Amino acid sequence: MGQLKSLRTIVMFVFVVLYWVAFPLYFRNSNYHLGVVITASILSCISLGVWLTFSIGRINIGQGAFAAIGGYTTAILTMKLGASFWLCLPLSGIVSAFVGLLIGIPILRLKGVYFAMITLCMTEAVTLVFLNAEKLTQGASGIMNIPRPGALTIGTITIIPAYQAGHYLYFYYLAAFLLLLVLIGLWRLNVSRIGWIFRALRQSDTLALSIGINVVKYRLIAYGICCFIGGIGGSLFTVSMQNIFPTSFRVTDSMYFMLYCFLGGLDYLLGPVAGAFLLTGSFEALRVVQKYQEGIYACLMIALMLWLPNGILSLRFRKRALGKELKPEG
Amino acid sequence: MEQIIVNGLILGMLYALIALGITLIFSIMNILNFAHGQMYMLGGFVVYYLYGVYHWNFFVALGMCILFLAVIGAFFEKFFFRRVLRVARREESSMLLAMGTALLLENIALISFGEKQRGVPPVVDGVIQILDAYVPVGRALLFFLAFVLIVALLLFVQYTKPGRAMRALAQDKEATYLQGVDINRISMLGFAIGASLAGVAGGLLASIFPVFSGSGTAISIKSFIMIIIGGAGVVSGAIVGGFVLGMTESVGYGLIPGSMTYLLIFCAVILLLALRPQGIMGKPWG
Repeated sequence: MGQLKSLRTIVMFVFVVLYWVAFPLYFRNSNYHLGVVITASILSCISLGVWLTFSIGRINIGQGAFAAIGGYTTAILTMKLGASFWLCLPLSGIVSAFVGLLIGIPILRLKGVYFAMITLCMTEAVTLVFLNAEKLTQGASGIMNIPRPGALTIGTITIIPAYQAGHYLYFYYLAAFLLLLVLIGLWRLNVSRIGWIFRALRQSDTLALSIGINVVKYRLIAYGICCFIGGIGGSLFTVSMQNIFPTSFRVTDSMYFMLYCFLGGLDYLLGPVAGAFLLTGSFEALRVVQKYQEGIYACLMIALMLWLPNGILSLRFRKRALGKELKPEG
Repeated sequence: MEQIIVNGLILGMLYALIALGITLIFSIMNILNFAHGQMYMLGGFVVYYLYGVYHWNFFVALGMCILFLAVIGAFFEKFFFRRVLRVARREESSMLLAMGTALLLENIALISFGEKQRGVPPVVDGVIQILDAYVPVGRALLFFLAFVLIVALLLFVQYTKPGRAMRALAQDKEATYLQGVDINRISMLGFAIGASLAGVAGGLLASIFPVFSGSGTAISIKSFIMIIIGGAGVVSGAIVGGFVLGMTESVGYGLIPGSMTYLLIFCAVILLLALRPQGIMGKPWG
């Protein structure tokens, strides 16, 4: 067991070094390769929020809505008020979380399929809101030419320099930093008491209630964090794309966020990251089939559920699980 | 105003047909059929090609549409859902599978038919007047056909042997199995009927709404709203939900501009859920 743990640490370390040092150094002049990993990082971030709602036993197909809310918050604040991106980034998360909590109070009472249905409808509703609020969002034509982030200064000290044209490495590190931050945050949450409460909620609301857990409160906390992460991810995505449309995050995108979680495996915190990187990466590698992307995603979803319902990360542990079965004292 | 109400009734009857299909599959197998809208879309294409392009008889085209979707539904049940329901440890699995089938059908349609919007001419020409409202005979025929289909389905579920088995399966799976019912066959039949209901609704509505490969998602969302309003898994709820949505949509499009209608409907649904989470006709659940 100890050996396995140290092996896991080494593998983790290698991945972090690859992600933080080797890849950006090697591809520092290739905006294309950097762009792919930037997208994958942001998508993993947003999917991690979905993963958190899975951990309390709710199927969330509404994450696209909160990514869109975050994106539009950033777009409107920077365009209309000229606010700094560094202010907008946390603010987008807060706005998303606020909306999420507000909607969460009635809908978190629902379970299973019902919750899934209403969150799916919500994605569509949010799209309609942005389509209709033409004064703020310019309707279907979307908001374009969103400014790149400026410098972040406290007093006279520049903490983060301003973005320079064509410099994708900037966004790479921004996205990588955010992903790492979200991962560490969720990992801490997951191993803390709150993490255990979330897992208790997944098993049974009634049981959790009976041992004195404030079910409503913790459900809202989980959903709020999920929406916060979604909002931040949406904000970063919008700024790196420099535009946002009501159709930027559609129902299918919300479904893909779920697919990333499932592909990686719902039992693992790294599941959504593995899923998002694998799918985004492999599609960029196989550009010829990009026309059939949705079809291939669809077949993948079906095949996954038929033969690998616990995700790719579950493959790694198969041997250990078998050993556990033979020696129950572990 | 009479015009709006009559239109709402016609739409409501057809929507009830869609909602019945999804609620049938849901109650029998406890699967939310995300591909319902895509099955509706395929039904529309079957009618478009057979009736609109090859000029077959409309009723024959509808029959083919029922048959085609029933085969697809039975196929999905036998090869996908049966296995996943057996091996899955989480209820999410069947849902992701259903989404996968939805995306697959939509993508196949997109590749084979393209994005073009198509339509078919109405089946019968002429207009009749009811009070102050003018109703094209074609639409009145659709109303009538949908009504006949709904009644036929209700009679089938109520009085025939497989229908009774379906109702039993919806109530208690183990007890049904103990009574000697072939659960696999009944599930397959239920899925096939549910799918063909979506298909036949698509075929009927082909002469009102445009037929195109992307129409599925909107219909799926509408059918979710309908069963949320009425109460999932309850037959009367599906019919009520269908009529409520059809009427609201008709009134909304008549009085409020464009996409605002659906925004208001979404808000109303969320409000309804806060007050009565099980829907109008649904039974309370845990």
